[in-house]
Amino acid sequence: MMESEVSVLVGGPAGAGISSAGQVVAQLLGRLGYRVHMYLDYPSRIKGGHNFAVIRGSGGQPGAIREKMDFLLALNQETVGLHRHNLAADGVIVYDAGEVKNTSGIAVAIREILAEEDAPAVMGNSAILGAFARAAGIGWNLFEDVLRLSIPKAVALNLAVARRAYDAAEEHERVPVLDRPVFPVFSGNEAIGIGLIEGELANYFSYPMSPTSNIMHFLAGLQEEAKIRVFQPESEIAVVLMALGCAYSGTRAAVGTSGGGYCLMTEAISLAGVAELPLMIVLGQRTGPSTGLATYTAQGDLYFALNGGHGEFPRLVAAPGDAEEARAWAVAGMDLSWKFQVPAILLADKVVCEGMFSLDPDKILKRRQETPSAESNSPYHRYALTGSGISPLRFPPVKGEVIRVNSHVHDTDGITTEDPELTRAMAEKRWKKERILEGEIEEMDPVNILGARESSTALLCWGSSKWACHEAGEKNGLRVVQPVVLSPFPEKGFARAMDGIDRIITVETNETGQLSRFIREFGYHPDDTILKYDGRPFTVEELDTRVKEAVS
Amino acid sequence: MKGEDLYSHAQVTWCPGCGNFGVRYALREALLELDRDGIPVENVVIVTGIGQHGKMFDFMNINGFYGLHGRTIPIAAGIHIANPDLRVICIAGDGDCYAEGLEHLVFGAKRNLDITVLVHDNRVYGLTTGQYTPTSPFRFRGRSTPDGSREHPFNPLELVLTSGATFIGRGYSRRQEQLKDLIREAVLHRGFSFIDILQICVTYNDMTEYYNSHIYDWDQDDLGDFEAACRKAREWDYDTEAPIGLGLMYRSGKETFEELCPVPEQLKPGERAALVRKIMDERR
Repeated sequence: MMESEVSVLVGGPAGAGISSAGQVVAQLLGRLGYRVHMYLDYPSRIKGGHNFAVIRGSGGQPGAIREKMDFLLALNQETVGLHRHNLAADGVIVYDAGEVKNTSGIAVAIREILAEEDAPAVMGNSAILGAFARAAGIGWNLFEDVLRLSIPKAVALNLAVARRAYDAAEEHERVPVLDRPVFPVFSGNEAIGIGLIEGELANYFSYPMSPTSNIMHFLAGLQEEAKIRVFQPESEIAVVLMALGCAYSGTRAAVGTSGGGYCLMTEAISLAGVAELPLMIVLGQRTGPSTGLATYTAQGDLYFALNGGHGEFPRLVAAPGDAEEARAWAVAGMDLSWKFQVPAILLADKVVCEGMFSLDPDKILKRRQETPSAESNSPYHRYALTGSGISPLRFPPVKGEVIRVNSHVHDTDGITTEDPELTRAMAEKRWKKERILEGEIEEMDPVNILGARESSTALLCWGSSKWACHEAGEKNGLRVVQPVVLSPFPEKGFARAMDGIDRIITVETNETGQLSRFIREFGYHPDDTILKYDGRPFTVEELDTRVKEAVS
Repeated sequence: MKGEDLYSHAQVTWCPGCGNFGVRYALREALLELDRDGIPVENVVIVTGIGQHGKMFDFMNINGFYGLHGRTIPIAAGIHIANPDLRVICIAGDGDCYAEGLEHLVFGAKRNLDITVLVHDNRVYGLTTGQYTPTSPFRFRGRSTPDGSREHPFNPLELVLTSGATFIGRGYSRRQEQLKDLIREAVLHRGFSFIDILQICVTYNDMTEYYNSHIYDWDQDDLGDFEAACRKAREWDYDTEAPIGLGLMYRSGKETFEELCPVPEQLKPGERAALVRKIMDERR
């Protein structure tokens, strides 16, 4: 085992609870003081097929997985066949003795344990987890505590199964406890859900689609406590329009989708643009085009996020690189979309959405104030032309006032117009808002600098490539620059982050280098691009090799 | 409040003789009566689609959301579930609501959303100058179907009835008193209220003589009888020669979506922060 580093892979057939098993391992490592990242790899089916989760604990900040595993937890032969080469020299395979043949390591008699405890087959994952905890030298009490929190039902039976496997296994190598404060571990989807609640969400609308469905599931489970409503309408078109209806009535709403659903939403995004209605969209990218790889990742929708919807109008696009950033920008997206009455898009991907991350609960951006209300402003003009371009918001019912929003070009009262002067004035009003929004963004640390800050070569990345780049940057002495906000683009913050850079290498999980093209618009010309477009994220080792090739 | 107060200053751009004038008048009179009966006009929101009907947004002086073609119902749903005190009236067209946005009509009825949908059914696209719609008769000669359309119309009343609407009626733009009563009752009804309004398009599909010679008033005795409503709905299929019933066709009581899904009072900032702390603490 490397110092302050531990990697675990758990694999098995779909339906065997691999995702939950991975989450238990992630929580366990988190409780031992590690910062944790989990990557989940699964095909788009409910039963059958091979699933695996890789969980990495680190004394640093992991946001990417490593290729060598200290523990390989195998519920089927395929796990060993596919991942044996990932086992570190001093690593160990913990395996289901009934399923896996011709291997060495720690055998767990799962079939016998389940039979003796009269437990269903799905509890095999509790057995393998028990054996893992023992092999990793994790005390039973801590393990029991985590298992209790992670398993929703039949806790006693799961614990009994796990205990038998725990007692039967032997310790392989103790995973050392790190002396660091314990951070909670969340999936990006959960972190986004938390951020939306903090951003005063009242209604969440979504149509099921990987990789953002779990935001809906997470929030649905919190409806009572958080006093929110979660609703699944007939299509993404209905989803986004219901959110706009809520905005008109004066309550905050958000929606979540992936590329295909975002396609259906674009007409309404354009409507939000001209009608100046707040709208919060979580766009979780997956491999395209079209249905693509439904459960795998990509950063293929940067331009789509920036441009989806006809016509020209300002919007916020923020691309978080991990759960902590996703939470922070979910809150900021809610606030800024309300303050500026623009669509806000949180551009995540499968790795950020369904991956798990440790997050610092106190790391949150300063809240942004809403537009002052127009209580004393009578007669009310919904689209009053102001110095900032932001018109005061009021919501029906208001006695004696008429409140209109309009998808057409409109006058200050919201009545349709074709007048050229008003058409120009309303366009300029919208762009005034963008300039002020950009100024506000510049105050919000919209560009991260990671890796070796003093270097004159930059690894330029966005979204989920953040932490793989950070490690490659540190190892190879390269600065990493990650713009979190892509619209309005924080040109000043970006220029500061790029100060002294004479060579730019972009790193993205897409085919055409979208960020690479995008920054040319601002006068930056990348020298190299490192691209990956097989649906999988960069591993630490893989990116290190690719970076070395690029700089040599 | 006077009737003129409900009309805006915007210049009216419908053709002279357009059935929309009659619908606008009936809506205005219904809103005046509702205002007198305790539903103040500021509590009413109209949501319009795109089409000649949509201009009602500009020509009325009440709260409104001028939306997208075919999409009045999900917008209205959002407005109403966020604030159930608002009475939301969708003003839609037949191309709009029966073609581009048909799924929302079916789901609005299925959920028994407590909103009202008025469909200005002139059975032709007016704004885009004369193409066939889902309720145009078979062999309708429009600009996209010079030899006559090859589709039979569907029957919106039958569709909405089987989808779960709890208030269904048919009006006629030249029968404004009846239409006014229908609209008022539709707004007062708790649940999904739907009125198909036979609206004259003087330019592209003038059915005045046909309607005048075929209409009669439905009896109002068995409004809660689903089977009787089916028979009424099927009497005229929007295609073949038959008497055309007008008035309220069906009314029943059923839990509304909003009643099943009440608006919770939002958390206060301190409560929200405490909840987030609790969620965080459960994970460490």
